Amino acid sequence: MGILEVKNVGKRFGGLQALSDVNLSVAENTVHAIIGPNGAGKSTLLNCLVGKLIPDSGSVMFDGQSVLGRAPYEINQMGISRVFQTPEIFGDLTVLENMMIPCFAKRDGAFELNALPSVSSQKDVMDRAMHMLEEMRMADKRNMHAAAMSRGDKRRLEIGMCLSQEPRLLLLDEPTAGMARADTNNTIDLLKQIKQERDITIAIIEHDMHVVFSLAERITVLAQGTPLVEDTPENIKGHPKVREAYLGESA
Amino acid sequence: MLGLDKKDTSLLIIVAILTLLAPFILNPFPTGSAMAQFNAGYPDLMQRFVIFGIFAIGFNILFGLTGYLSFGHAAFLGVGSYSAVWMFKLLSYNVIPAIALSVVVAALFSLLIGYVSLRRSGIYFSILTLAFAQMSFALAYSVLSNPKFNLTNGETGLQVYADDPQIFHRDSLPDMPHLFGLSMRSTYKLDIGAWSFDFNAGYYLCAVIMMVMFYLAIRIFRSPFGMMLRAVKSNQQRMNYTGLNPRPYTLAAFVISGMYAGLAGGLMAAMDPLAGAERMQWTASGEVVLMTILGGAGTLIGPVLGAGFIKYFENIFSKINDNILHQWFSFLPDGIEDFMVFIVHPFIGKGWHLTLGILFMLVVIFLPGGLVEGGQRLGKWIRNRGKGATDAKTKQEPAE
Ligand SMILES: Nc1ncnc2c1ncn2[C@@H]1O[C@H](COP(=O)(O)OP(=O)(O)OP(=O)(O)O)[C@@H](O)[C@H]1O
Ligand SMILES: [Mg+2]
Repeated sequence: MGILEVKNVGKRFGGLQALSDVNLSVAENTVHAIIGPNGAGKSTLLNCLVGKLIPDSGSVMFDGQSVLGRAPYEINQMGISRVFQTPEIFGDLTVLENMMIPCFAKRDGAFELNALPSVSSQKDVMDRAMHMLEEMRMADKRNMHAAAMSRGDKRRLEIGMCLSQEPRLLLLDEPTAGMARADTNNTIDLLKQIKQERDITIAIIEHDMHVVFSLAERITVLAQGTPLVEDTPENIKGHPKVREAYLGESA
Repeated sequence: MLGLDKKDTSLLIIVAILTLLAPFILNPFPTGSAMAQFNAGYPDLMQRFVIFGIFAIGFNILFGLTGYLSFGHAAFLGVGSYSAVWMFKLLSYNVIPAIALSVVVAALFSLLIGYVSLRRSGIYFSILTLAFAQMSFALAYSVLSNPKFNLTNGETGLQVYADDPQIFHRDSLPDMPHLFGLSMRSTYKLDIGAWSFDFNAGYYLCAVIMMVMFYLAIRIFRSPFGMMLRAVKSNQQRMNYTGLNPRPYTLAAFVISGMYAGLAGGLMAAMDPLAGAERMQWTASGEVVLMTILGGAGTLIGPVLGAGFIKYFENIFSKINDNILHQWFSFLPDGIEDFMVFIVHPFIGKGWHLTLGILFMLVVIFLPGGLVEGGQRLGKWIRNRGKGATDAKTKQEPAE
C-alpha cells in the first residue's frame, strides 16, 4: 500500500473525458514523477488529489483516509502540500510573513482568533519561520516584499512554505516551467537536498526530462487521461509505447 | 508600552493628545472674527468627528485588511442607534447599557449578514451587502413600524416619550442621556480673551472610547489574526492550500467591523437620543467607504483622518452662502465679483457634495494611498530637502 492510492478515477469536463480509469500508487518516501503530453490530464489529476476538483468516479486515499469531499485546507491539514505551476505566494506580504503563515497554520489549525498578541511576540513561530528561511538560503531577503522577488526565489519561497508545514506528501506541478537553466538546476538540487534530509514523499508533474530523470524513482506516463505505463526511469527511457505517445517519435 | 512597539505607541500618544486637546485645536479663530466660520470646535461637530472616526476605523479592519468592500455598513450603525434608544426607553437614560446593547445587537446582525454575504467575494459580495442594507432600511422605514408592532417608529424616528417605562429612571437624574448622572450635554465654556472653548462631556466620552477602539485596532493590525486578514487580501488560493480556511477569518473581520459600526451608532444615539432609518441608507454606507479610501485604506490613522476631513468640509462648505462669498470677493470689481460668486456658488451650501466629489477624485487619482500617502510624501520631501542642504554625503536613505 502506498501513501497515496488513486483508484479508477474518472473526470469529465462537458464532452471531454479528461481522466478515465486512472490508477496510481505512490510509495512512501519516494519521488514519483507523472509525465505526459500537453492536455494528458496531469494537472486535472493533481487537482483531484488536493480538493480543487471532485472526480466523477473512483477513490483517492491518503494514508488510508479518503480525501474526496474535503476542502483544500482540510486536505492540506492531513499532510498534503502543493506547489503551483506559477508560484502562489502572498505577494503583498514580506518574505518572513509569507513563511510565518504556514507556521501559524501548522501550530493553530485552520482558524484561530489570535487578535490581540503581536506577531513579534509569537517567538516559536518566528523562530521556525527564520529557521526555514535560512534553510532556503533567503534569510537576508526576509523584509522584502515577496512580489518583488525573482521567479526563482518565489519558487524557492513557495517550496519552503510548503516544507515548513512538514507535509508527508509534497505535490509539485511543473515546478521548473518557464525557468532559466540555472534556476532549474538550483531547483533540482533543492529538491534533492529536501529528499535527503527528511522523510517525505514527492509527486512531481514535469515536462522537462532532465528534471524528471534527475529526481524520479518511479515514473507514470499519462496519455489522453489514462496511465500508459508505470516503471523505473531506466525502463521508461527506452519504452517504445512511451516514445510514441509522449515523445511523438515513431519507434 | 501597552504591548505596542515604539512607532505605534507614539502614534497612539499623538492621537490621544490631538483628541483631548481638540476643543483648543479646532477653535483657532477668535469668536466673532470673520474666520470664526472655519472653527470646528463646537460639541456637536467634535462628537461627529470621533464617532465617524470609530465607524471608519472599524470599516478599515474589514476593507483595509481583507479587501472585502462592504456597501452595507450603515445598517449596523442604524441597528446600534435603535438598540440604544430602546435601552433609553426601557431602562433609563444611562448610556452604558445603551452602548453595550448596540454593540451586541450589531454583532449578531453582522454575523447573519456576513455569513450570507461572504459566500461570494469581489463585486458580488459588495452587492449582497448593499442589498441587505437596503432591506434593513426598508424594514426600519416601514415594515417594522405598524400599530401592532412598532419597533422603529418609521418616518418619525425612534425617540423617548414621557410615558416610556424607563424603569431605572429617578427624578434626580437628568432627562437626557447621561453617564451616571453626568449629562452628555453638559459643557464647560472656557473664555480666554477673544477666544472661547467648549469642553463637552459627550465629546470626551466619545473621544475616550475612540482612543480605546483605535488602540484595539492597532493590536488587531499587528496580531497574527491581522496578518491572516492581509493574507486573505493577498492570495486566498495560497491560503486554502496552506491549511487555512479564509471564511471564518473574513467573517470575524466582518463582525468586528460591524461591532465598531454598532458602537458608533450607539454613541450617536447617546449624544442625541434619536434613531431614524435614514442612518441606514446606502449613502451613509457609501460615506464610510469614502472616508476610509480618502484617508488611506489599510493604514492605521487614515480612516480617522478621512472621517475628520469629510465631516469638517461637510460642515464648513455647507454653511457658506452667497453673502459670505460676496464678502470674500468684495475686493474685486463688481462685475467680476458677481461672476466669481456665480462660479463658486454650485460648490457651497447644498452643493458641497460636488466639492467633496472633486476632492475625492483628486485624492484617488493623485494620491492612491489617500491622505496618509500625501503626508508621507510631504514628510519625505521635507526630510530630503533638509538633508540635501546640510549633508550631501549621506545620500543613501534606508528604504521605507
Ligand atoms: N476546468 C476545466 N474545464 C474544462 N476543461 C478542462 C478544465 N481543466 C482542464 N480541462 C481540459 O482537460 C484536459 C486535460 O487538461 P490538464 O490541464 O489536466 O492537462 P495537463 O496534462 O496538465 O497539460 P499541460 O501539460 O498542458 O499542463 C485538457 O484538454 C484541458 O483543456
Ligand atoms: Mg498542467
